[in-house]
Amino acid sequence: MAAVQREPINYNAWPDEDGHFGPYGGKFVPETLMPALDELEEAYLAARNDREFMAELAYLQRTYVGRPTPVTYAARLTEYLGGAQIYLKREDLAHTGAHKINNALGQALLMKRKMGKTRIVAETGAGQHGVATATSAALLGIECVVYMGTVDMARQEPNVFRMRLLGTEVRGVESGSKTLKDAINEAIRDWVTNVNTTHYLLGSALGPHPYPAMVRDFQSIIGQEALVQMGESDDGPGRLPDAIVACVGGGSNAIGIFHPFLAYEDVRLIGVEAGGRGIEGGEHAARFADPEMGRLGVLQGTKSFVLQDSDGQIALTHSISAGLDYASVGPEHAWLRDQGRTEYTYCTDEQAMAGFRLLCDLEGIIPALESAHAVGHLIDLAPQMAKDQIILVNLSGRGDKDLGTVMGDWGAV
Amino acid sequence: MTGVERIRAAFAQAGQERRAAFMPYHAMGYPTRAETLEIIAGLAADGADLFEIGIPHSDPLADGPTVQGATYTAITQGTTVADCLTMVRELRDAGVTAPFCAMGYYNPIFRYGVERFVADAAAAGIDGLIVPDLPPEEAGELEPACRQAGLATIYLLAPTSTEARIRQVVQHATGFIYLVSITGTTGVRTELPPDLADFVQRVRRHTDLPLAVGFGIGARAQAAAVAGIADGVVVGSALVKAGGESVDAALLLGRELIKGVQEARG
Ligand SMILES: Cc1ncc(COP(=O)(O)O)c(C=O)c1O
Repeated sequence: MAAVQREPINYNAWPDEDGHFGPYGGKFVPETLMPALDELEEAYLAARNDREFMAELAYLQRTYVGRPTPVTYAARLTEYLGGAQIYLKREDLAHTGAHKINNALGQALLMKRKMGKTRIVAETGAGQHGVATATSAALLGIECVVYMGTVDMARQEPNVFRMRLLGTEVRGVESGSKTLKDAINEAIRDWVTNVNTTHYLLGSALGPHPYPAMVRDFQSIIGQEALVQMGESDDGPGRLPDAIVACVGGGSNAIGIFHPFLAYEDVRLIGVEAGGRGIEGGEHAARFADPEMGRLGVLQGTKSFVLQDSDGQIALTHSISAGLDYASVGPEHAWLRDQGRTEYTYCTDEQAMAGFRLLCDLEGIIPALESAHAVGHLIDLAPQMAKDQIILVNLSGRGDKDLGTVMGDWGAV
Repeated sequence: MTGVERIRAAFAQAGQERRAAFMPYHAMGYPTRAETLEIIAGLAADGADLFEIGIPHSDPLADGPTVQGATYTAITQGTTVADCLTMVRELRDAGVTAPFCAMGYYNPIFRYGVERFVADAAAAGIDGLIVPDLPPEEAGELEPACRQAGLATIYLLAPTSTEARIRQVVQHATGFIYLVSITGTTGVRTELPPDLADFVQRVRRHTDLPLAVGFGIGARAQAAAVAGIADGVVVGSALVKAGGESVDAALLLGRELIKGVQEARG
């Protein structure tokens, strides 16, 4: 393909003031919530320009979350795959075990300091966002309710117990596929009902504006740290990676590590969706990989690629990982893909399990099944690259929550 | 007459009779296709002034359990957007003349194709559209299509709506404005909020369009109370629930509600 000459894009200028990333994004919500979205945007913009707020958040990130999370050179995995040098950005080492705390703590502090609200509702799929929200609520003394599909409650049981220990009420959701999408519906219904007192602490770079931009900004600390760690610190390779790989559920860990690197056009940015049991049978959550089911659409407040049937009903998805098991994807990813700046591929359940095993065996790290999708893609990618090239993987979370699923799958491993 | 004109005429007619208009909602395809047609035709014969034609969606995030359950049943029985329009056409052929407002979430409309949907809906006998997850900001494609076809774009306002918001939304609205009585999802409530009349007045100051109140209304006395303060009374979940029992139960409740609306004649 011939290289297309183009004006450099100012990625920081997006979304536009109505919350659109080109044809994606926006605010598709019931009228009852429109004033709350305006209020949230106002509070968020004020907080971003408030030194005191930003200093308090940075303090909590250092002293409570344990940031910065390190970058680890994966020597044995690199040797085993025989190609590019592999580094891991260790979000699994953040307090509560995943990147989700970056956003949860940011929004909880925003509510506490800048909004006159007293109660938080959230959805969760893998339970990591629920645990991060429950943790932030406990830390800041806020009432918290988390909605979770009952299928996910069964497969991520340790996280349900963790949330309850942290003083959060977990409400099971029985509608639809009883997974993440249905939990979001129920959280939004709660929010519509209690909007005067309640903030909806959405856990991914999804939903109506300003959520995709705000969640991205709270998660961008991952990429900001990685930029320094890779380029300048003694623990890194002393230069930027050739490629960054991250799993994409709603897209928050991916956009968090990608965004600070967008301006470095030589760094390939690769998102990995959940291929489930394969694209052909339709049992997957790969919005970009299935041209039949993955179409432009509107789900839960935002316009993006949505897995749906020919009548516009939302498709049931499947992934071995609860956190990637969702029918839509953050609007900024759809837009960056159109710009040719990011690329997306997928890993099946089986490939993710292979990645999971490799990281356990070779690096002594048990990854979350979500993150295992990013690792699984390395099996293809790393050998295709030269030995002096560098890949940075966002290891978005640790796998303790998944031991039940993995033990059940052990025969297949 | 255009859809907008038919809707205005229905409100004007009720106004001449010095009463509010009664507007039932029905989830198309629930509990079955045949019963859907019987319920709507029966309510029309008993004096319903306009209808909300509920187009099912898999993820109805503004709806409570009753409408969620009914639309889910409709979808699992294979009710498509096109089927809903076919049912509308059959009702028109059977002589039902009351204005029909399609009530449906945006994705099925978007997938059908916005312009194509509006054209097909108008041809089938739809007079206006209510899209609960489409605020005017996002209706850049829908509004011109509706204007062209003469369909009303009916927007919602809520108790949380600020003065600025009310001013903005009424500029985009045609036909009537749908006031959400409560901060919440659809579903019957035992009590309506005490400041409902104030809310209606707040919107009244900004527009001459008819104001219909919906969400939460399920009993005759509630219908009467709302009819006393608004131009229209919308009843959904209570009728859907009754329709799930039998056609007769839905029609019985419908007649009760109509009596309630007439009691408030002022
Ligand atoms: C560890 C981990 N990684 C990734 C994800 C996927 O979410 P996102 O795409 O927003 O990063 C989740 C979601 O639950 C998660 O728990």
